[in-house]
Amino acid sequence: MPGTRLPFRLGGDLSFRIFTGFFALLLIVIVVAIGAELWRNSLLSIQKFGFNFWVTRIWDPVAGEFGALPFIWGTLYSAILALVLSTPVSLGIAIFLSEMAPGWARQPLVFLTELLAAIPSIVYGVWGAFVLAPWVRSLQVHMPDALRATPFFSGPPLGYGMLAAGLILSVMVIPYSASVAREVLKAVPLAQREAAYALGATRWEAIRAALFFARTGIVGAVMLGFGRALGETMAVTMVIGNSPQVSWSLNAPQYTMAAVIANEFTEAADDLYLNALVEIGLVLFAITLVINMCSRLLIMSMTRSRRPKAQDEAPVLPEPKAA
Amino acid sequence: MNLAFRRRVLSAAVTGFCGLSILVALVPLGLIFFFVISQGIRALNFEFFTNMPQPVGEPGGGMANAIVGSLIVTGIGAIFAIPIGILCGVYAAEYAGSRLAATVRFAADTLNGVPSIVIGVFIYSLVVLPIRQFTAIAGGVALGVMMIPIIARSTEELLLLVPGGLREASLALGATRGRAMFSVILPAAFPGIVTGIMLALSRIAGETAPLLFTALNNRFFSTRLDQPISTLTVQVYTYANSPYDDWHRQAWAGALVLVSIVLLCSLLARVATRRLERLQVGR
Repeated sequence: MPGTRLPFRLGGDLSFRIFTGFFALLLIVIVVAIGAELWRNSLLSIQKFGFNFWVTRIWDPVAGEFGALPFIWGTLYSAILALVLSTPVSLGIAIFLSEMAPGWARQPLVFLTELLAAIPSIVYGVWGAFVLAPWVRSLQVHMPDALRATPFFSGPPLGYGMLAAGLILSVMVIPYSASVAREVLKAVPLAQREAAYALGATRWEAIRAALFFARTGIVGAVMLGFGRALGETMAVTMVIGNSPQVSWSLNAPQYTMAAVIANEFTEAADDLYLNALVEIGLVLFAITLVINMCSRLLIMSMTRSRRPKAQDEAPVLPEPKAA
Repeated sequence: MNLAFRRRVLSAAVTGFCGLSILVALVPLGLIFFFVISQGIRALNFEFFTNMPQPVGEPGGGMANAIVGSLIVTGIGAIFAIPIGILCGVYAAEYAGSRLAATVRFAADTLNGVPSIVIGVFIYSLVVLPIRQFTAIAGGVALGVMMIPIIARSTEELLLLVPGGLREASLALGATRGRAMFSVILPAAFPGIVTGIMLALSRIAGETAPLLFTALNNRFFSTRLDQPISTLTVQVYTYANSPYDDWHRQAWAGALVLVSIVLLCSLLARVATRRLERLQVGR
């Protein structure tokens, strides 16, 4: 207990520390409890299927056969697709806003890009299902045959499928990675750019130097967006087509881990079915946890120097000598 | 000369791309707003707010029960999350150097990144499963769990912005740390903390996934906390997934209401922040 270092004469302070510390601990307990609860409620499935759960393609609730390969495939595929589509754009935005935008335009543009994060996921879903998916379908219909012959665009043009999911995810991820990348670029010392310009660099070459300086943080920003894309539920559920299959095709309807939980959780009649779904949730939790921790560490290593200094480090009360 | 030209062209191209990428992001934003407003306004009328859902084909259906339900569930979340979030933030700011504070900060960021659907599964197994009943309380707790880290982090940041002199002055007068915090520092940061709470509210008011199997849904008007309850977001999801045009229109209207609420909250919060910044500069 960290509070015990205080001598008892400061009893008021000690109780304050214990009181607030209790709630601080509660927050940590919640995170741990999520893992423990999900583990407890997926034991049946873990014991029955073991690791095979993650490499089996069959998902047959009626026969009691559960394999989660299609879901983990769909989750990773859609998130990586979103990452590929969004990273250049979010980096472009971050560079524009931190290095190029005129002062008067900066605040409004930051506000507008952050609005993308404020729109509820369900609204993205409604828009995706009624507007984006039909557009994707007409795009797929008018696609040249040469493209359609590749494995990436095989299958009938349905609109609802991996491409629509990747597109909507990439839009949803942009504000997160762009704002973190902007923070990180702001933390690059001005001297870096001045030095580059002094050596006769063009604007891009100076920016490239800043990007190189900030590379850990940039990777962190991109990973943060990846974590968001992995866990996104409603919008993806409404456009991806919800069909458990492992396919490279962007036209094919597929399924994600979050989507299968959202769709089937209330229908899970028997314990094994429910446990299988909770296990998917557990793994989703574990994956996003690891990704987020890594990205936070990377971002923190870049921006720590800019954090406000801890008040606690400057002693405000002289510590009474132990009698 | 040639090389210099190439470098200049490359530089201009990349610069152009960066400017373009802003547009790339703003196009979907504009499209979403355009469709939500133009489609939503068609089904939005007074009855939408006062009437109950009607069977398909019958005119005059509304989402009165879902709107009230959303308010109740979000309210439960706020009641549960605001004290915990603020006290976590107080600890993290007051004992910023300690290991527990660093862990709390890290846990808050982690919890913030946990997918909302996972929070739903967690609350299902913690609250719903033991009593075998979907309840409004469970939905509220799920939203509350999502609010805590947001409030904790914004409170912490705002407390660190309060001038150190205020704190030192109150300590010099003999106040304990707790007294200084609750009587001087927290009140000074109060407007900012309210802003943070509003931002958190606007974030979770649009959440659907954690409510799907905690609050579930309810076709009838219900204010009972121990029963399933209808919420705006889940209702929009149900309607959007249905095969009926009539219900699709209602889903658009619901989306418009959601976007308006969220926008209003974040605009208000922004204005409040501006005013706060001006006040602090003026001091």
